[in-house]
Amino acid sequence: MSDATQTPPSEDERVKEMSAFRKALIRPELGSICGVILVFFFFFLTARDSGMFSPSGVMNWSIVSAQFIIIAVGACLLMIAGEFDLSVGSMIGFSGMSIALLSVSFGWPVWLAICVTFVLCMAIGALNGWLVIKTGLPSFIVTLAFLFILRGLTIFAAIATTRKTIIGGVKDAAEGDWLAPIFGGKVLTGLFQWMGDHGWIETFTRGTRLGQPVVEGIPMLMVWALVLVIFGHWLLTKTKFGNWIFAAGGDPQAARYVGVPVNRVKITMFMFTAFCACIFATAQVMEFGSAGADRGLLKEFEAIISVVIGGALLTGGYGSVIGAALGAIVFGVVQQGLFFAGVESSLFRVFLGVILLLAVILNTYIRRMITGER
Amino acid sequence: MKKVNLFTAVIFSLAIAAPLAMISTNATAAGEKYILVSHAPDSDSWWNTVKNGIELAGKQMGVTVEYRNPPTGDLADMARIIQQAAASNPNGIITTLSDYDVLSGPIRDAVDRGINVIIMNSGTPEQAREVGALMYVGQPEYDAGHAAGLRAKGDGVGSFLCVNHYISSPSSTQRCQGFADGLGVELGSQMIDSGQDPSEIKNKVLAYLSANKNTDAVLTLGPTSADPTIAALKENGMAGDLYFGTFDLGTEIVKGIKAGIINWGIDQQPFLQAYLPVIVLTNYDRYGVLPGNNINSGPGFVTKDGLTLVEKYAGEYR
Repeated sequence: MSDATQTPPSEDERVKEMSAFRKALIRPELGSICGVILVFFFFFLTARDSGMFSPSGVMNWSIVSAQFIIIAVGACLLMIAGEFDLSVGSMIGFSGMSIALLSVSFGWPVWLAICVTFVLCMAIGALNGWLVIKTGLPSFIVTLAFLFILRGLTIFAAIATTRKTIIGGVKDAAEGDWLAPIFGGKVLTGLFQWMGDHGWIETFTRGTRLGQPVVEGIPMLMVWALVLVIFGHWLLTKTKFGNWIFAAGGDPQAARYVGVPVNRVKITMFMFTAFCACIFATAQVMEFGSAGADRGLLKEFEAIISVVIGGALLTGGYGSVIGAALGAIVFGVVQQGLFFAGVESSLFRVFLGVILLLAVILNTYIRRMITGER
Repeated sequence: MKKVNLFTAVIFSLAIAAPLAMISTNATAAGEKYILVSHAPDSDSWWNTVKNGIELAGKQMGVTVEYRNPPTGDLADMARIIQQAAASNPNGIITTLSDYDVLSGPIRDAVDRGINVIIMNSGTPEQAREVGALMYVGQPEYDAGHAAGLRAKGDGVGSFLCVNHYISSPSSTQRCQGFADGLGVELGSQMIDSGQDPSEIKNKVLAYLSANKNTDAVLTLGPTSADPTIAALKENGMAGDLYFGTFDLGTEIVKGIKAGIINWGIDQQPFLQAYLPVIVLTNYDRYGVLPGNNINSGPGFVTKDGLTLVEKYAGEYR
């Protein structure tokens, strides 16, 4: 026992020793990191000549991945907090339609339409969360109800006010607006023009945009995706609130006993998911200039799939934002890559299903290694 | 640790080895490559004729053809697919233009990159010209609906039910609108959003007809809504009694026309919409020859007379 006094104070007997290698490997992201490497390796072998890795090809799957990342970050934090949101896809359709109706049909300035829509969406998110907390029902059921309610309201609102299900003209309305470019604009256009001028990337060979590069710039959608990932990762790993999220999802009762405001955390996360869906919708409406009642179909599942590929647990309390983002990249690259590889389009969903299954199996193995369960 | 990584690597590569086999079969045809992008969700069976059409044209001309569509019918996803198609540098793209706002940008980008584009099926000849497409091959939807409405009016129809199974596509609504204008009535609640599910469509039609007993006619917009509507009319005993017109053809629709349940079907001949663009594009790329105008593939009214060939190829080439 006399030896004990000589041990350096930094070694704490309550902390289990672990090799640096093992420490580096056992992270929720591990599965999705392997996934990203494998997916790129595979498509590099099969679709190298198809234009998938040309600038416009890279831009194509990057945008799709960025879209998934935006909704996956929200879904990831919510899932870690122990809840689901199945109304994400309908929320995308709803908020897009809200912006288009307010700005085009009602003639409001676009910035106001966007702000009001964000407030509206987060209010609905809060309502979702409040209902889940108050009724004690599974969020699966409550948000499933909102999947139908919001989709139905979107179609009804569009038909009742304009007799159409697709409302165009947002681009004209957004002309000169100060807020619209933050969602639909592009950055670094000068750099890409410069690269086009030097022949590093392809340029248009005819038409009004002759000589301009085929990739104009980085769309704000990708900037948003990056910002959300950084914010989400920081929130989850570096703040007190992040610990609360883990606690609320891991064991809500235990968390309540130690003073974590579980209800507030969960409702905030529902609002954050709605916020992410709204960013997705706003960027889409600003890019394409129209809102359709069927936008965002099945996006809730695509968000959840990305998060699960990223290693989060469906039961909550475990996961990572970086993992979810990598999962979204896997999903986006596979989705667009299958087109590049020329796979028969009817088999597309078969591959998505297979990838999902493999990712979950892989993640389960990794989690067993971490927790030591059998 | 190593073991698990190896294991996962093996299952991943197994899963992705499967498409390799398919790619090699796709890549056998040498020469030009054409991609057809449609707006149809996977569940819409009508597009099978289009797939058969491009396949046959590809075989006959010795070119590679590919068919792509957004799985859920989400038009924003379709815009991404067009961008993707352009990035893979085909000789030509054949696409529908079901929403000008969403699709015109990506299509124009493809045209500006030097890819020839032909608009098929949805959209108008004017829109096709505006995006810089070579031509438009299809059936102007409003005009087709209008012609059908005039025909129905001549047959003594005064009110109708429009079973719209794809309400988010403006062209579907135009068909109903044209029909209503042809009849000379206002389009309102008689256009129902039926959804895509057969039993839902059937029950919505049944419910509408029992609530609106004085409906003279029913208009369906394709096999997706026509087949369940036939079943609904058989169930409530109105089959053969109610004036029934439909857009597009399919096995059940042809049977219905034969049995006297359906008065007429409007065939827009989707086979031609897929087949002709491939022929036109290939000849344009090889010899520089191009027809001087848009091609109208429809409308043609298919009635009880002369059904033999239609019946034989319904759902395959018709």
